[in-house]
Amino acid sequence: MSKSSEINIDYVANLARLALTAEEKSQFSQQLGDILHYIEKLNELDVTQVEPTAHAFPVCNVWRDDVAEPALPVEEALQNAPAQRDHMIAVPKVVE
Amino acid sequence: MLINFQFPILKQGTNRLAHRSRWPPCSLWLFDLLLPNIFPVSSELYFQTAAELGEMLATKKISAVELAQTIIERTKAIDGRVRAFNSFDESDALAQASASDARRAAGQARGPLDGIPVGLKDVISVAGQPLTASSKMLAQFVSPYDATVARKLREAGAVCWGRLNLDEFAMGSSTENSAFHVTSNPWDLARVPGGSSGGSAAAVAAGEAVVSLGSDTGGSIRQPAALCNLAGLKPTYGLVSRYGLIAFASSLDQIGPFGRTVEDVAITLGAIAGHDERDSTSFRTGIPDYRAELKKRRGPWKLGIPREYFGTGLDPEVGAAVQRAIDHYQKAGCAIKEVSLPHTEYGVAAYYIIATAEASSNLARYDGIRYGHRSKTATDILDLYFKSRAEGFGPEVKRRIILGTYVLSSGYYDAYYLRAQKVRTLIRQDFLKAYQEVDAILTPTSPTPAFRKGEKSADPLAMYLSDIYTITVNLAGLPGISIPCGFTGNGLPIGLQLIGQPYLEADLLAIARAYEQAHDWHTRHPKL
Repeated sequence: MSKSSEINIDYVANLARLALTAEEKSQFSQQLGDILHYIEKLNELDVTQVEPTAHAFPVCNVWRDDVAEPALPVEEALQNAPAQRDHMIAVPKVVE
Repeated sequence: MLINFQFPILKQGTNRLAHRSRWPPCSLWLFDLLLPNIFPVSSELYFQTAAELGEMLATKKISAVELAQTIIERTKAIDGRVRAFNSFDESDALAQASASDARRAAGQARGPLDGIPVGLKDVISVAGQPLTASSKMLAQFVSPYDATVARKLREAGAVCWGRLNLDEFAMGSSTENSAFHVTSNPWDLARVPGGSSGGSAAAVAAGEAVVSLGSDTGGSIRQPAALCNLAGLKPTYGLVSRYGLIAFASSLDQIGPFGRTVEDVAITLGAIAGHDERDSTSFRTGIPDYRAELKKRRGPWKLGIPREYFGTGLDPEVGAAVQRAIDHYQKAGCAIKEVSLPHTEYGVAAYYIIATAEASSNLARYDGIRYGHRSKTATDILDLYFKSRAEGFGPEVKRRIILGTYVLSSGYYDAYYLRAQKVRTLIRQDFLKAYQEVDAILTPTSPTPAFRKGEKSADPLAMYLSDIYTITVNLAGLPGISIPCGFTGNGLPIGLQLIGQPYLEADLLAIARAYEQAHDWHTRHPKL
C-alpha cells in the first residue's frame, strides 16, 4: 500500500474521463486522503495465505445457445440516444 | 414496555390487543369493548398491511381502484413534505388497478399482491417509466423494458407505483445525495430517512405505498428500514435477479422488499425471488412459500451476538433497545450465544475499495454517447466524455469513481483491490464459522437513529461509518433483515438486524416474525 495517502488527482481523473474543477480537485484530494488513511487499516492484517474473494458465492460463465432471439426494435433501443440519424447514434467527428 | 403517548396511533386502536393490556387501564374494560365504535380500527386504509389489504380485496370490501385512489390521494396530500417520489404516474397506476379488478371479477385473481400498490426505487426499470437513479445523468431516461422484478410484480398482479428517490446511483446513506431533492424522514421531517433507498422507506412509512422495493449494496435497504420503523430485507446474493437494476457494485447489489411487517416482506419476496436466465449471477434454487413458512417455523433458535457490534460508536438508546430484544428472545426459549466476527472492523475499509472499484467500472458506460446526459459544449469526442460525465454526475459519485479508479490503477491494484478481496474472504469466513454454532446473528442495524439533514454531508467518511453494521453482510453475500425494535426518548425508530444463512430466508423471516408478533412497534405510524 502506498506510503502516503495522496492521490494524484489529475492522473486519476484523466483515467476516469472526468473533468474536475479546481475546487473539486482540492476538496476531493483532502476527502480521499482521509478515506485512504482510514483504508490503510487493512495493512494491520496478514493476508499472505488468504485467497481473494471476488464473489461471495462461486460464479461461472453461463452460456445460452447462439441463436437469434427477439430483441428491442431499433426505435426503442435508440429512444434514449442524445442524438441520432438514420437509425444510428450520432457522435462528434472522430477521424480527421 | 412503557406507554408513550407521543405515538398517536395508540389512541387510534390499530392494535387492539396492545390496547387491552396497556390502555385504558383495567377499570375501563367496558370502554375498551366499545373502542371499535369510538376509534375505528385502522381507519386509514393507507397504513394497512399488504396482508390485510389483500384480504379486503379478496373479500371485495374494497376494490383495487379504490385502494390505488387512496394511495394516490395520500401521496398528493403529503409528498410535498416527505418528498419520497421522483415521479409518479397516476393514470398508469389506475389502469393497472382497474385491470386487477377485472381479473378478480373474472375469478382470475393472481394471489396476495394482486391490486397492491408497490413502490419502486428509481434504479429499477419499469417499461415506459422514467429511470433516473436520482442523477442528472439520467434525468431524461425512459426505460425501454421491465426489470425482471418489475415483470414478476406484474405477473403477481401488483400495481407498480411511482419512482422513489435515492442517493444518486445508490451511493449514500441519507438520500441527501439525490440530484433532485432530499427526502425527509416521516418521523421527523428535519431528519434523513436513511439511504440509499430512502424514498422506498419513507413512502411506505408515510402511507404513500403499501410495500416497496429497494436495492442494498452496503445496507441501503436495512438502514432506511431501521430509521423509518419498517421491516426491510436484503436477500442472499443471487436470490433476486438484478436484470434491469442500474448497477452500482455488481458483486454486492441485491434488490429486496420493504414492508410494515415481516409477513408483507415475505409476501413480496415470494413474488420477486427466483432464478433468471438474464442474470448470470442468479442462483438456481427452489423458492418456498415464504409466507406459509412463517407459520411453520417456530424455533427455538440459537442466536449469536457478535461482541464487535456493541462497542464504541453505538448510541446508548439503540444499544439498550437491542439488548431488550436479545432478552426477549432468551425468555422466548432461544439460546443466546456470544460469537466473534473479528474482522468486522475492517469491513468498511474493504467495502469502500471493492464497491468503488466495481462502481468506477460500471459507471464507465455513462459516456454521453448512447444514452444519458450529453454535454452541449464539447469540442471533440474525448472532450464529450469528460464534460458529459462532469456535468451529469454529482459530487459523491465523482468521489467514488475517482477512488475506485485509483485503487484499480497500475501499481495500486495489489495494494488495495487484491488486499480488500482477501479481507473479504476473512469476513466471510468469520460468518461461516459463527454459523457452525448459531442459526442467525442478532445486531443493531444502524449505530444511531436517524440523523439530522446536513449533519454528515460534509464528511464522507463519517457517512460511510454509519453503515458499519450492515456492510459486512453484503461482502459475505448473506441475507439480512431489519425490523423495528423500539423508539428513542424523542420518538425516533430503532432497528434490529438479524443476519441469516445463505438462501435460508424462510428461517430468517420466521425468527424476525417471532419478535414482531410479541411487540407492537410496527403498528405505530408517524403523524404527518
